[in-house]
Amino acid sequence: MSTDTLLVEPSAVSPTKRIVGELLRSREIAVAVVFVLVVALTTIKSPNFLFSSDGWRDLLLTPCLLLILAVGQTAVIITRNVDLSVGSTLGLTAYFTGKLFSDHPGLPIIAVVVLGMLFGAVLGLVNGLLVAIFKVPALVITLGTLYIYRGIFLTWAGSDRINAGDMPKDFLSLGTKTVLTIPVLTIVGLVVLAAVGYYLHTARGGRELYAIGSDPDAAVLYGLKVNRRIIGAFVLSGALAGLAGVVYTARYGTVSSNAGLGMELQAVGAAVIGGVAIFGGSGTVWGAAIGAFLLVTINRALPVVGISDFWQRAVVGALILGAIVLDRVLSARQERRLVAAREETRSAR
Amino acid sequence: MKVRNRRLSALAAVTLVASLALTACGGSDSDGGSDGASGGGGGGNTTVTFLPKNLGNPYFDTSSKGGKAAVEEFGGTFDEVGPDTASPDAQVQFINTAAQQGVNALVVSANDPEAICDALNEASDAGTKIVTFDSDTNPDCRDLFINQATADGIAKVQVDMIAEQIGDAGEVAILSAAANATNQNAWIDTMKKELEASHPNIKLVDTVYGDDDDQTSFDKTAALLQSHPNLKGIISPTTVGIAAAARYLSTSEYKGKVALTGLGTPNQMREYVKDGTVTEFALWNPEDLGYLAAYAAKALVDGDISGKEGDSFTAGKLGDFTVGADATVLLGEPYRFNKDNIDDFDF
Repeated sequence: MSTDTLLVEPSAVSPTKRIVGELLRSREIAVAVVFVLVVALTTIKSPNFLFSSDGWRDLLLTPCLLLILAVGQTAVIITRNVDLSVGSTLGLTAYFTGKLFSDHPGLPIIAVVVLGMLFGAVLGLVNGLLVAIFKVPALVITLGTLYIYRGIFLTWAGSDRINAGDMPKDFLSLGTKTVLTIPVLTIVGLVVLAAVGYYLHTARGGRELYAIGSDPDAAVLYGLKVNRRIIGAFVLSGALAGLAGVVYTARYGTVSSNAGLGMELQAVGAAVIGGVAIFGGSGTVWGAAIGAFLLVTINRALPVVGISDFWQRAVVGALILGAIVLDRVLSARQERRLVAAREETRSAR
Repeated sequence: MKVRNRRLSALAAVTLVASLALTACGGSDSDGGSDGASGGGGGGNTTVTFLPKNLGNPYFDTSSKGGKAAVEEFGGTFDEVGPDTASPDAQVQFINTAAQQGVNALVVSANDPEAICDALNEASDAGTKIVTFDSDTNPDCRDLFINQATADGIAKVQVDMIAEQIGDAGEVAILSAAANATNQNAWIDTMKKELEASHPNIKLVDTVYGDDDDQTSFDKTAALLQSHPNLKGIISPTTVGIAAAARYLSTSEYKGKVALTGLGTPNQMREYVKDGTVTEFALWNPEDLGYLAAYAAKALVDGDISGKEGDSFTAGKLGDFTVGADATVLLGEPYRFNKDNIDDFDF
């Protein structure tokens, strides 16, 4: 009699069937299907939405800002934390970027990008240290830094704004430059997505983030370096918010003190819609990325379809609620199944 | 103007206001000596304090520049104070301080028509003349309002510009600020009437709201262009909206094909006027506005005018002005900016 009885027996279903079944049940696919439907329906209504050069470019370009934020946010949410300060970090970095260009006109673009990310990483580090050291829920800490960073921004910028004329043309053209019809900024977003996605899926550090989120106490007992990992997740989120700030400046060409206002909730929304569990431990950046594309594209599609401004927010809200309810239902069902499986193995013994 | 901004950063604003209150007290002490002297001197040296919605705002920097120039011309003492953020009650302590200092005239752009009324009335009781400019308070809280432009004038100049730019025929749309923005809604109503009355071939097909947010306005512009393939022009009666729309247009296939005009500031629009995205846009000249407000304050202090309808005074290089109904003085027609004059301005 073996002592290590498995909680759940390995599936007897054939591997192909299992993969197909998993794909059908996967949240990523479900969200992607909705995304394709939205694009298809809107294109039928207005072919320009997909087939004009502007339409195609905007379809890929507009979500990349939220995509970058959502990837960072996912890394934090997986550890059962949340980073609400990313909107303010984005705004602050966007202004910092503009200031760098207007005060030091000769600075190479790549240097500004790196400085922007470093700046964001420092802001993220502050969050991480506060959360890890004081053991206060990240919701509270980052709500505080949301206001503090925004306050610093307001004091620094006042009602000064960075205008397109203050920045080099090369940098501004980056906002719309394309390679083989794919916008450069989208490529940047996808590279970030692939790198973080690969790390979370395969690297030890990435898996530990999931372990921490699934059961923080167990992770400590098991000897994982919980604090270090959580700080790392916040630094990543901050650095990506910094990158998003640089992208914002390149894309919109103007920065005022309300830049990035409310973006943090969109980032959380994108992650949740993409199947990242708000209580940590599960979800992928792929899902969050598709969630970001869906959220942004729905926002762009509704006015084209002719739904009034006043209803657009309600639709987005319904989407988030739907995603959370679905999440809850699915995890409750999973839980029941696991409990049943445990009962079965017990009675079989 | 930026309601969302204000609401979400309320906490930060409160902190700022608290710190500013302290700063303001410090400032009043250092100015105390000179004010005592001017108070005693009477009419000779007119002290005028400008209180814009907030400091560090290029728009108000320009209006204060005009105000300062005017005060120097008539040999008075100019001072400028103000909060860092334009929140409704942030101006109250500055008004109280000015009243305690006994300045002759206070020139205010009100952040809120009601919130600063009590403070203004107290200052008025202490003998300070109150002039509002740019943003008015309730009429009974001030002696005079310097109106930068009338709703009719603003609406008409925008309709005229779009008509000139699209050849007086075709589809146009409006990109506004928030759906509940009082000023913009009043202008839009007047624009609709003006379009119907004088430009029957121009059809207003849509009005969208960018919430005075760069990003939202930008995305709404994209949506407008996509949902109305025959669009000939966009009117954006808000400085944030027009800049965001110009940024989108300048990188789009519609650049040069869809006209864009509205209310903007030269610094925000310079790039797009030079690259041909925008031909002409309008706004009043804030420098003239500050200049006129300072002269009006002087006329009130000297007793040349009392704010009665029909009173008239001379405002230096700008010439003669007459007080209209509700103690209001109108600066004049909105000012049009294009590539020939845009480099003369920095705000």
